[in-house]
Amino acid sequence: MKMIINIASKEIKSFFVTPMGWIILALITAAFGTYYLEGVNSYFEVMSGAIRPAERVGVTIYVGQTVYGAAFFLMLFAVPLMSMRLISEERRQQTLPFLFTAPVSIVEIVLGKFFGLFAFLALMVVYIFLMLSTLNIWADIDFGYLFSNTFGLLLLVGSFAAIGIYFSSLTSQPIIAAILSFIFAFLLLGLESYFASQPNHWFHHVSLLKHFQTFSRGVISSKDIIYFLLFISTFIVLTIRRLDADRLRG
Amino acid sequence: MATTLKALGLTRLFGPNKAVNNVSFDLSKGEVLGFLGPNGAGKSTTMRMLTGNLAPTEGQVEICGINIIEEPKLAKANIGYLPEMRPLYKEFRVNEFLRIAAKLHNIPAKKINSSIDIAMEKCGLTHMSNRLIENLSNGYQQRVGIAQAIIHNPEIVILDEPTVGLDPIQIREIRKLIKEIGKEHSVILSTHILPEVEIVCDRVQIIDKGNLVFHGSIDDLKQQRRGNKLLVGFKKTPTLKKLQSLFDIVKIEKQEDLLHVIQFKNLDFDMEKFIQVCVKEKLGLFQVSPHITSLEDTFVQLTNK
Repeated sequence: MKMIINIASKEIKSFFVTPMGWIILALITAAFGTYYLEGVNSYFEVMSGAIRPAERVGVTIYVGQTVYGAAFFLMLFAVPLMSMRLISEERRQQTLPFLFTAPVSIVEIVLGKFFGLFAFLALMVVYIFLMLSTLNIWADIDFGYLFSNTFGLLLLVGSFAAIGIYFSSLTSQPIIAAILSFIFAFLLLGLESYFASQPNHWFHHVSLLKHFQTFSRGVISSKDIIYFLLFISTFIVLTIRRLDADRLRG
Repeated sequence: MATTLKALGLTRLFGPNKAVNNVSFDLSKGEVLGFLGPNGAGKSTTMRMLTGNLAPTEGQVEICGINIIEEPKLAKANIGYLPEMRPLYKEFRVNEFLRIAAKLHNIPAKKINSSIDIAMEKCGLTHMSNRLIENLSNGYQQRVGIAQAIIHNPEIVILDEPTVGLDPIQIREIRKLIKEIGKEHSVILSTHILPEVEIVCDRVQIIDKGNLVFHGSIDDLKQQRRGNKLLVGFKKTPTLKKLQSLFDIVKIEKQEDLLHVIQFKNLDFDMEKFIQVCVKEKLGLFQVSPHITSLEDTFVQLTNK
């Protein structure tokens, strides 16, 4: 456990000693800020206009939808950019022996790297939560809705991170890792749209977005939590196996 | 002396190629073992197996009596390793990087600062502590590589070609450093620079095409070089038969400028008697010296068998 934290803290440090971490953080902050502002600005316009009273929604849901609706899409770009270097850069710079020679197991290395990235992403998710909470200054907002969205988004970025670390372990070119994990995450995210006419097709059950949508409606369902946790652990196990193959195959 | 490292029948296949074939040796405390071999002989592969970076196809590695395959964590705690491509996170400062290394090697929090200071002092890095590794010269980067290998005070330090690509002054300094490390730790050093072995190592091991072809102390290697040969200059060249009637000679090889290499049967031949007889026989003796095969020649002989 201590080693996982040590490796995670090394990853977090290395995000911030290079411009990468700061740039991503700045871009994401600017983007979410814009969506938030947009949501707040248009709320009264939309709600006071032609819309029928029955269709009117609260400010939390309206602004929340604007921000969280954009969140999964922005994260789809941001996560591969952060995850691409995790292992492929170590391959490229040939620094993996440093980790393999230390008294640390491969499981700890992979989990450490995963949680390092996850902690960085969680920072952004928590930041969105805090930003939306500021609505509470002049309105009585629905914190349950925010919690459920935050929780769902954490699971979703966790899944992206797991995909990212796996593709990063396959190659020594960070940019290839980024492109592959983006494509893969993109396909999985919208899997159900390929069979939109058949609502019971199995594609619907593995689509990431489908499971995220439950959370974005404000529902925390154990079925979806289990799906995300299984998804994340699958890719982590694949990554561990890939690194172990390095030692075995050379 | 206590054995710190034991390799038993190490074999590694890459597909059908045998990179390392049945290599066994051991290492005692306070010993510097030189690992010699031409490029592609299997030095680095062996080292990767010793440090748990590569699983051997067959064979065992014991680090301080602990099997590295069965209990990798316990065994690895006793190893410091510097691969040929030094594994440095170049975006960090020297002290930041060493702090990461110290933490990964389970050094207790209270001792981290002091062990970083000691490692930097040993490697002459104290004044570079705040520099980005990226901006350091080749020689200093190599020192950081060595510092990360000794920071946890391991029993065994394994260095893969530590002096490659350095300038002569840096090489001299790194060698001095290795000798110093060798006093407290067991060191395995791989190289293809031959004089380096004589300067730094206590024991030598030559590997070729995956097989151990020589294994012995540095004196054994010198013995192999000096041997039972004399370089003799005769103005009147005697025939082999004539010489053989006078001494126990196996071979005579003609060289340039009336010089001859004479190989005696025994190592303890009597030089004084040889000269007396030559003078008596009026062979026109004008030069006698021990014939030292260069280390390169010995190496070529051993690896061409």
